[in-house]
Amino acid sequence: MPRVGVLALQGDVREHVATLEKLGVTVVTVRTPSDLEGLDGLVMPGGESTTIAHLLVTSGLRAVLQTKLDEGFKVFGTCAGLIMLSRDILDGRRDQWSFNKLDVAVRRNGYGRQIASFESSVEVRDVGVVPGVFIRAPKIESYEKNVEVLATFDHGDGEHAVLVRQGNVWGCSFHPELTSDLRVHQLFTDSL
Amino acid sequence: MSSTTNPSIVGSALVKRGLADMLRGGVIMDVVNPDQAKIAEDAGAVAVMALERVPSDIRRDGGVARMSDPEMIQEIQKSVTIPVMAKARIGHFAEAQILQALDVDYIDESEVLTPADEEHHIDKWAFTVPFVCGATNLGEALRRIGEGACLIRSKGEAGTGNVVEAVRHLRTINAQMRRLASADEAELFALAKDLQSPLALVQEVAATGKLPVPLFCAGGISTPADASLVMQLGAEAVFVGSGIFKSEDPVRMARAIVEATTHYEDPGVVAKVSTGLGKAMVGAETSTLEVRLAERGW
Repeated sequence: MPRVGVLALQGDVREHVATLEKLGVTVVTVRTPSDLEGLDGLVMPGGESTTIAHLLVTSGLRAVLQTKLDEGFKVFGTCAGLIMLSRDILDGRRDQWSFNKLDVAVRRNGYGRQIASFESSVEVRDVGVVPGVFIRAPKIESYEKNVEVLATFDHGDGEHAVLVRQGNVWGCSFHPELTSDLRVHQLFTDSL
Repeated sequence: MSSTTNPSIVGSALVKRGLADMLRGGVIMDVVNPDQAKIAEDAGAVAVMALERVPSDIRRDGGVARMSDPEMIQEIQKSVTIPVMAKARIGHFAEAQILQALDVDYIDESEVLTPADEEHHIDKWAFTVPFVCGATNLGEALRRIGEGACLIRSKGEAGTGNVVEAVRHLRTINAQMRRLASADEAELFALAKDLQSPLALVQEVAATGKLPVPLFCAGGISTPADASLVMQLGAEAVFVGSGIFKSEDPVRMARAIVEATTHYEDPGVVAKVSTGLGKAMVGAETSTLEVRLAERGW
């Protein structure tokens, strides 16, 4: 049975843990570098990307995780997690860093502030229609050819990728963990 | 792969509570200007609460405390990328309408401001923007949720730097939830009456053992140890008002409280971040207070 970590520095950790447990994997919460030992994959939850970035540095996780990611460690990021994995961050803080593992440009709060947060259904390739919950969601504005797009969504301004994969790294603009639908997480756990 | 044409829904309970879920494990800091907001964001705050005076100054100055000047809220919105919350007076739905028009991310219907209605809280279902409300006990929390609040914070006693009331309110809410969880179905009707709360919400708490919305803690948190204490008592995030910018070294205090909130179960980390912090805000003994803010709202 795969062992999957959930980065537990800040954000909706509990929902990811619950979703993964329903899929039958062993779940470990990760707050320090030693928590990463023996894991087959890691989920980076939703939350505030500036806060999570700050705590990744103070906890010593940033350097360890960067090395593991470069060596092929499998990571799935939702919302803030997607931001942390993206190459280019638009509308972020000037000093905002990322792990630079997805060749996408992502705009923080690209779907608007909280009043514009929304629910809608999203069709995921080879999976079907899943509920999409977008909360101050990051918008993938562009991506390179080597990025595999698993779902797109048109919020009135054209199709934008909302679920992507590049090698060992997955990123999602919305929050499958806030719903009872397990299929997006299952795509990730099936790959472990 | 074709895109969906299904309509989008804004302002649903899932979307409103969802933002509160994203704030869990974080620190929401009171700020009175863009410089403080930037310090808060730099330190790792998950959100800022924009207000004209922190609670300890409201307490000192007296007078009627109202919603902040929209210009000041907008300046803070421009200065940071994290969510910006703002306070409306209890029952003052027109202030809340203004805050929604300003596109704030969360409205705090707060006892720290002077109440505008002594009988009714705001009908929060009527808004797209989510609301947080304070509570001193489970009945109060469930009444606020019944009115549409998407996040509850235990009230504590704002502006005192004294965590004792926050602890009292958290322990009360948790004890009352445990009581519901151990009650049988027939007892819930009388318990709902005692709690003066909607029966459906009482039944939900009895079934799940927790509030239907996240439970954060506010009012009197002024050190990393305070943050660790309330997190261990079941708070899912903390609001820090006067505790940061009334301390000797706000930058270090802000960073330390953020780290202590994340690593609340690790006394080694809390000890490390507590070391050499400088003076915390000067606290107040709650028995000597002239105005007890927690008694506002019902």
